[in-house]
Amino acid sequence: MIPLDVRSKIEIKGLSYWYGNHQALREVTISLPEKRVTAIIGPSGCGKSTLIKSINRIGEVAGEIRIEGEVRVDGESVYGEEVDLVDLRRRVGMVFQKPNPFPQTIYRNVAFGPRLHGVADKRTLDEIVERSLRDAAMWEEVKDRLQDSAYGLSGGQQQRLCIARALAVDPEIILMDEPCSALDPTGTARIEETVAKLKDRYTVIIVTHNMQQAARVSDFTAFMLTGSLVEYNPTERVFRNPENPMTEDYITGRFG
Amino acid sequence: MSPITGRGGVRARKIFGRFAEGLCTGTTVLTVGALAYLLGGIAAGGWRTITWDFLTKAPENGMTEGGIFPAIFGTISLTVLMILMALPLGVSAAIYLNEYAGHGLVSRIIRAAVNNLAGVPSIVFGLFGLGFFILFVGRGIDRAFGLGLLFGQPAMLWAAATLAILVLPVIIVATEEALLAVPASQREAAYAVGATKWEVLRKIVLPQARSGILTGAILGVARGAGETAPLLFTGCAYFLPHLPVVQIPHTPVWVINPFDQFMQLSYHVFIMSTQSHNPTEVRPIVFGTALVLVSLTFLMNLGAILWRRRYRRLLEEARV
Repeated sequence: MIPLDVRSKIEIKGLSYWYGNHQALREVTISLPEKRVTAIIGPSGCGKSTLIKSINRIGEVAGEIRIEGEVRVDGESVYGEEVDLVDLRRRVGMVFQKPNPFPQTIYRNVAFGPRLHGVADKRTLDEIVERSLRDAAMWEEVKDRLQDSAYGLSGGQQQRLCIARALAVDPEIILMDEPCSALDPTGTARIEETVAKLKDRYTVIIVTHNMQQAARVSDFTAFMLTGSLVEYNPTERVFRNPENPMTEDYITGRFG
Repeated sequence: MSPITGRGGVRARKIFGRFAEGLCTGTTVLTVGALAYLLGGIAAGGWRTITWDFLTKAPENGMTEGGIFPAIFGTISLTVLMILMALPLGVSAAIYLNEYAGHGLVSRIIRAAVNNLAGVPSIVFGLFGLGFFILFVGRGIDRAFGLGLLFGQPAMLWAAATLAILVLPVIIVATEEALLAVPASQREAAYAVGATKWEVLRKIVLPQARSGILTGAILGVARGAGETAPLLFTGCAYFLPHLPVVQIPHTPVWVINPFDQFMQLSYHVFIMSTQSHNPTEVRPIVFGTALVLVSLTFLMNLGAILWRRRYRRLLEEARV
């Protein structure tokens, strides 16, 4: 598990999660470290996306869900009655599988969140947009065409724009749900560079089906299978000397 | 003999196939032919009547001469008023159904009600308009404020309200489709930066559904503009010596007066062909009026189709 000198940012305890009658998670317990990159790997349908979607409660946007167990961010229960979803989602940003920029200008995409949360001053907005685009490693590419449509960007650029949009509301945690699955190798490499830069300041949880990617970008790796957590260790350990034989079978390509 | 070739009558089966094809082709030709005959008849009977004077002058000489301008004016004003009422109602209802109602019993009942509303005969809407808007609401206001007989009589306002209810299903269905067409990933993206449900709707979903909603509005207009029965008891006039307009006091501005009665194209066709004291003599006027009505409706439908095409193209671009 995670070393004692690292602070835990997210605590998940005995979490079971149902979409209607389908159980996607089975009593998952995991503690995710602050300002580190944690990768979640596993075959399709193992519940890895559901696990991160339970943290910002975006899973319930699409339909009815039911949970048992608990999710805590900084010690506060995310599913408690007093939880303000607006504030939770501001603190826990998310980047999705397919780039999903709004059909608006690059500038407006990044400014969307800050504007919602009440930033109206043009200069402040300009600063936020520039800082967010810089953090997403795309300021130099787009600084001269902020007023162009986001749809003119390549897939990889669109995904980095989505990262910038998430960063613009000043989150503490960034969830990434297979952010490179729709991208080519170049786009993937740029996203990975971005992730590497983010980990000094943000807690990053990245779901991926690409094991090399998990090995390259993460400090810790969790392996999931059919809704359960199988192994969770420092990434080096998982890929060099996994604790569980099923993990070894998966990372060596014997199934999945 | 193999059991597959054992079933005989290949020839008979092929003949039956041709017969079925012929039947389908025939009914299609019949349908298209009927429409062509109808439109051709109206155009042939009416095109000579259509002159600048016909379009811009009032009926004259006991409605046997002159133009149909008051009916065109009435139709357009009525339709504008109708859509101003129907659009907010229909769009709100569709938003409620699609975004808030869920998939339970209540939403199923509401959807069934909307579908049934679309199937109610239009004359029933006319009677409803008379009974509810004029006698109940209108007279009710008059009695409550001691106004004599001001609201409780046929007027464009009530006719437009009646038509608005008639076109509600068209607008609700079109708006729902437009809302459904906005990808779930767009909603998720907005929620993920902390938008509330209303903000997601207002800032992301509705702007992207706008073209689809406007298409629904145009289809509603096209549907409502040609109706006659709902207007019979609610505000349509056989003949009016003036236009239903009123001058805003102390200004040179004239606006539509929703408390006045009005003339209307489809009703004009109806009375000219059944109530005229000389139906044969006014026949060209009937055809001319029908042609104007059909053209107006056609133009509005064309607008809706072009709009929708543009909208689909934009959506496809958005999905790249």
